[in-house]
Amino acid sequence: MTDAQPAIRLTGLTKEFGSVTAVDHVDLEIAAGEFFSMLGPSGSGKTTVLRLIAGFEQPSGGTIELFGHDVTKRAPFDRDVNTVFQDYALFPHMNVLDNVAYGLRVRGIGRKERNERAMRALAAVRLEQMAARKPSQLSGGQRQRVALARATVVEPKVLLLDEPLGALDLKLREQMQVELKEIQRELGITFIFVTHDQEEALTLSDRIAVFNDGRIEQLGTPAELYERPGSRFVADFVGTSNLLDDERSLALLGRAGEHSVRPEKMIVGTAEQSGDGVRNAWGTVVEAIYLGSGIRLVVDLDAGTRVTVLEQNDRHRAHDDERGDRVVVSWHDADVVALATVTDAAA
Amino acid sequence: MRLSRLSRTTLGLVTGLILLVVYVPLLVVLVNSFSTSTSLTWPPPGLTLEWWGRAFRSAGALEAVGTSVQVAIVSTIISLVLGTLISLALQRFEFFGREAISLLIILPIALPGIITGIALNNFFRTIMGVPLSIWTVVIAHATFCIVTVFNNVIARLRRLGTNLEEASADLGAGVWTTFRLVTFPQLRSALLAGGLLAFALSFDEIIVTTFTAGSGVTTLPIFILNNMFRPSQAPIVAVIAVVLVLVSILPIYIAQRLSGSEQRR
Repeated sequence: MTDAQPAIRLTGLTKEFGSVTAVDHVDLEIAAGEFFSMLGPSGSGKTTVLRLIAGFEQPSGGTIELFGHDVTKRAPFDRDVNTVFQDYALFPHMNVLDNVAYGLRVRGIGRKERNERAMRALAAVRLEQMAARKPSQLSGGQRQRVALARATVVEPKVLLLDEPLGALDLKLREQMQVELKEIQRELGITFIFVTHDQEEALTLSDRIAVFNDGRIEQLGTPAELYERPGSRFVADFVGTSNLLDDERSLALLGRAGEHSVRPEKMIVGTAEQSGDGVRNAWGTVVEAIYLGSGIRLVVDLDAGTRVTVLEQNDRHRAHDDERGDRVVVSWHDADVVALATVTDAAA
Repeated sequence: MRLSRLSRTTLGLVTGLILLVVYVPLLVVLVNSFSTSTSLTWPPPGLTLEWWGRAFRSAGALEAVGTSVQVAIVSTIISLVLGTLISLALQRFEFFGREAISLLIILPIALPGIITGIALNNFFRTIMGVPLSIWTVVIAHATFCIVTVFNNVIARLRRLGTNLEEASADLGAGVWTTFRLVTFPQLRSALLAGGLLAFALSFDEIIVTTFTAGSGVTTLPIFILNNMFRPSQAPIVAVIAVVLVLVSILPIYIAQRLSGSEQRR
């Protein structure tokens, strides 16, 4: 945290819908200018936290501070945050320019100035030639960019993005990810990004909060989450992991407790590897899946565990593995992550 | 769906027959309006344009049209305002008794007109002590005209969801600005459709009107009923009927087009 005042501070934030606790005492600080992601499966509470910050929902408990000011009780139109909605929520009866200029219009800014500013915002997302179109005449990616322009034209301090790329196809998604990151850098405002796509979160974020069951399971940089998952849930949700329970850890690693090893940290060969901290385990290939950039091997170890190994498709690859081959799986002790047995390892 | 030739023919015939039953009498009225017979005998002994000319010069008929239009417009306006408000309340807010109120709003259109008529007549005269007038008719009509507006608007609100309103609030618009700039434009065609239906409902209403109209208040349906069996007036009534058919087709047609285009969207 470089800034003295965090952009957002949530304290004991709780939201109950009837008997269901959607958000359960969440404490969180998000620094100004940060690209922050809230990652989790559907129903984990991440979207509810976003809606609480935006003001669409009233919390059952706790407070929301925006740059040190308590905004918990304020209406959405009275908060300096803006939202890019999952379905974009563009006004269908207005053209693109009027959509983008809307926030300026309701602030009483004259037509000339607001159209100029809206055009600038449209230019920033390279849509100035679409200004006269209706939203229904745009493609998904274009609507997405209009929604972004509409939310940023009023220069909010914090931009909330609710799975904004969810409806786009893969190529467009990847392109928009790059654009989002660029726009965020240019504007220098805080982005709070909700997604269930762990890869997207890892790619874009400065920090990520992994949500599970209404609570933050783990908070950290993408590298921290990926390399040092604090719990079984995080190890499983962020990337893929070979999870070893107590019994299997004892058999394979000689240690008690739950452990996790990333598939790409293991190698498969025909001879045992030697070295400090290197471990080998013999097994039989159950499945070999060609992925293009790599090969995913599923190996049944003789010690009684099934592991997945991701091999790079490069010139160092020793041989083509096939189902039924006898292989040795090797890894380094340093790449084994001990998981906390209880799930409240969140920072 | 695929149908056999036999069932297609049968269904076609039945449909044709039903349409005939509905529309042939209307054609008879149309022809009668040109008939030289004053007692609407069939077939007409001869054709004349006299009744059309007389109808448009008949003070009673013209006044009745004026009264009906006035009643229909005012009760439609009341229905539009109240129907929109109650739809917003029921669709956008949760409160105790919401379902019950929704039922109470719709009920008047299902109630037999004669019940509504007697009840309102009693209520106005003996309980409120208000003399019957054109305004008691307006209020009586509004009780069921509101339903068409309510149904149209609440269906639209349900389909719209709250996303656009949230987006508007998010961008800094207060409740009233959001309604004016976002919700209302989205409701416009639903209001038009509901309003036209309300107008049509009020315009040809006779039962409730009979019980709630003050003396001297003659709406067009009442005028028709009163003059139907007067020999000299019958062809004039036929002329009015034809004009009414033409006038009522239009709003229904527009209303249907509007809701149809909405469904296709």
